[in-house]
Amino acid sequence: MEKIQIDIAIVGAGGAGLRAAIALAESDPNLRIALLSKVYPMRSHTCAAEGGAAGVIKGDDSLDLHFSDTVGGGDWLCDQDAVEYFINEAPKELTQLEHWGCPWSREPDGSVAVRPFGGMKIKRTWFAADKSGFHILHTLFQTSLQYPSIRRFDEFYTTDLLVEDGRCQGCTAIEMSTGLMYQFQAKSVIVCTGGAGRIFSFTTNGAIKTGDGMALAFRAGVALKDMEFVQYHPTGLPGTGILLTEGCRGEGGILVNKHGYRYLQDYGMGPEPPLGEPVLKTMELGPRDRLCQAFWHEQRKGNTVSTQWGDCVHLDLRHLGEKKINERLPFVRDLSISYVGKDPVHDLIPIRPVVHYMMGGIHTDINAATTMPGLYAAGECACVSINGANRLGSNSLTELLVFGKRAALNAIEYISSGGKDVDDAAVTKLANEAQGRITTLFQKSNGTETISGLRKEMTDTMEQGAGIYRTEESLKETCNKLNELRSRFSAVELNDKSNVFNTDLFSALELGAMLDVAETVAVGALERKESRGSHQRLDHTQRDDNNYLKHTVAYHDKTDPPRIDYLDVVITKSKPGVRDYSGDKK
Amino acid sequence: MSERQVEVEILRYDPETDQAPKLQSYSVPCQEEWVVLDAITYIKDHIDTTVSFRWSCHMAVCGSCGMMVNGEPALSCKSFLRDYPDKIRIEPLAHFPIVRDLVVQLDDFMEKLNRVKPYIIPKEKKSVSDGQHKQSPAQLKAFKQYTLCINCTLCYAACPQYGLVPDFIGPAAMALAHRYNLDSRDGGREQRQEVVATDEGVWECSFVGACSEVCPKQVDPAGAIQQMKIASTVDWYKEHLMPWSKP
Ligand SMILES: Cc1cc2nc3c(=O)[nH]c(=O)nc-3n(C[C@H](O)[C@H](O)[C@H](O)COP(=O)(O)OP(=O)(O)OC[C@H]3O[C@@H](n4cnc5c(N)ncnc54)[C@H](O)[C@@H]3O)c2cc1C
Ligand code: SF4
Ligand code: FES
Repeated sequence: MEKIQIDIAIVGAGGAGLRAAIALAESDPNLRIALLSKVYPMRSHTCAAEGGAAGVIKGDDSLDLHFSDTVGGGDWLCDQDAVEYFINEAPKELTQLEHWGCPWSREPDGSVAVRPFGGMKIKRTWFAADKSGFHILHTLFQTSLQYPSIRRFDEFYTTDLLVEDGRCQGCTAIEMSTGLMYQFQAKSVIVCTGGAGRIFSFTTNGAIKTGDGMALAFRAGVALKDMEFVQYHPTGLPGTGILLTEGCRGEGGILVNKHGYRYLQDYGMGPEPPLGEPVLKTMELGPRDRLCQAFWHEQRKGNTVSTQWGDCVHLDLRHLGEKKINERLPFVRDLSISYVGKDPVHDLIPIRPVVHYMMGGIHTDINAATTMPGLYAAGECACVSINGANRLGSNSLTELLVFGKRAALNAIEYISSGGKDVDDAAVTKLANEAQGRITTLFQKSNGTETISGLRKEMTDTMEQGAGIYRTEESLKETCNKLNELRSRFSAVELNDKSNVFNTDLFSALELGAMLDVAETVAVGALERKESRGSHQRLDHTQRDDNNYLKHTVAYHDKTDPPRIDYLDVVITKSKPGVRDYSGDKK
Repeated sequence: MSERQVEVEILRYDPETDQAPKLQSYSVPCQEEWVVLDAITYIKDHIDTTVSFRWSCHMAVCGSCGMMVNGEPALSCKSFLRDYPDKIRIEPLAHFPIVRDLVVQLDDFMEKLNRVKPYIIPKEKKSVSDGQHKQSPAQLKAFKQYTLCINCTLCYAACPQYGLVPDFIGPAAMALAHRYNLDSRDGGREQRQEVVATDEGVWECSFVGACSEVCPKQVDPAGAIQQMKIASTVDWYKEHLMPWSKP
């Protein structure tokens, strides 16, 4: 087996992984860095982000406001020390991107422009039209090209972390074009593999978002934290699940039901302001969890519009006019015309809530460190947690930058202050075992299960049991189903026996990861007997700070459901209060 | 929702077992609003799991899913079946070596992107604590179009010159060099000229314009190359006829 010896391996080359790689290369040009990714870096799903990235920059804004919007938005499940660090670093990181060439949209005076997002008291989202994530990703990727010490391993699928002596000492990965297994021996590993929205059937997440890195860490013994918190986004295109950014509402778009009525005023987010005069942090600029819940109720009341793709409500942008739509929301216009045949300049756009983002992830602390020496995580795969029970839109892109860099600097700190060398013999043995597992999967015959069949059963049961509203009954059923699917997974047989770009094999590995991750979502949700943020229980409708002002941590078991435990939330200055989105009108 | 039976032919090739690529045909029950990519994933999920292809975003922004659809380079996630007849042929992007089935080798493209130094080479040193650069909306507009490239390489598959002379840096990488040259924060044009104002760069382009026609993001690489050609010619005159005019 090919052996690559480096100082630090980064798994994942999206926004978080690239930011980490640049920070490593800048800090010490002699560091040996490997950057692994199952797709070319610019294919990473950060490219799909549209709306923008939050950071305090304007005179009328303040760090305190960003703090309170984030913590309240997260229904007080955020670790407040981490939030404070995050908001302090945010403007620096966004400015750094500006220096690296990110084409941020500008004010007439040449300064960077900001737009409002949901749940924000003041507008603070930096944006590059409605392709912000795309531009951030390409800026980072292109910037990374000037550092020769970043050795890229594009289209390398990481299969296992190599853990010996309680420390993470590398990983194994398959070169997709040849099927060859490599072992990467590293003193430290940073996992930046992104989210896991593909455990649901209707999602804004690309095909690659299968929770691989979460599963890698989980199986290596690190806990997954707060997995039951899954964010739905209120405005997905029906059919495909393609996102129309919150920027639509930030720019003044409104949501109406089949009667043309702005229904959000019936759900504690009113009163309705005049058209074209949005009031921040109310109505359409309320938080995502509340907006999605309102849709669910409208659907039950029969106020939704039935379309060929199921029940929808309408997003109305018409009053913004063609000029503004072309300037601020060109991608939205293009997507809407192409995929549902509606031109926002003239038509109402059908939309519905869609699975979007995992608040939970690999349990990390404010240093982006996991509980395992040598192992760090950043980006959507990690849970610091700054997002709590409901992420504030546009905090994630900033989080990639802030904690990608932080992970890098702390990994350097770790290897230069006592991080021990790699135990070559022991690690090689582990790598061989990992290869053995792949070979077994590869050669299995007489399989009775198909990848697409199991995947469909998984996504169906997640939608049914662990969606916007959950009950004990629905969750129990989903938990049982997932455990059954995990055991049936061992009967999957690959049809494809080629070594060359065997996507059958990678789909199987991704499915295995998704099943592990999905089970932590369902079991975490079953055990959390309260409603908080994006986790809403019809049988426990209130937030319960006495029992559940706590992070859920889930530990892996080979056959049984994950073991659940709880950790205290770090609260520094904001005591849990009421989330008010009525414009202080009560 | 109405269904339509479409015959999808896919060029199959596995270097481990096949002497040469060959077409394989599948009959696919398609929904009216499907894109070509949906038909291929249907095949993968329900008919033949061995078909290999790349995709991720399904919203025309990650650049993974470029293929030849009925002989034309296209993003399969944004090619609607309603625009095609009941029989479609899907092949890997032209001008690239095939890895397997619809997956092509991108090493050459990636190397070329790298070669044009696609990053800000600062005019003047500035640290983060000095704050942001001022850049007017007009200055942004000067290069914005060339930032929209998703690296899908359709333009390489369309470019006859790249097909003939593989050393040609090619449309997308050239447009990217132009993007940084035009950025008010950048001072690296001279360094990039060493790469682009060469026989592998602007002088190789025969200005067919196929790249701009096929580009799904309206980047207009042909326009970028044309502008660079003019600027390089001016450079040449400055250096050779008016040596005193060099700053
Ligand atoms: C449509 C959409 C719009 C969004 N809009 C916004 C927005 O406006 N503002 C905002 O703040 N957030 C937004 N988000 C959220 C945000 O974009 C994501 O959370 C963020 O981009 C994730 O970045 P990442 O670096 O963690 O992961 P990704 O960009 O997903 O990258 C993951 C990387 O890991 C690699 N990888 C994964 N598994 C493996 C493996 N097994 N082996 C090797 N490599 C692997 C992949 O190849 C990839 O390079 C949006 C999300 C979506 C889906
Ligand atoms: S210039 Fe256009 S066609 Fe060429 S790679 Fe970029 S987006 Fe694709
Ligand atoms: S799948 Fe991303 S561009 Fe088509």
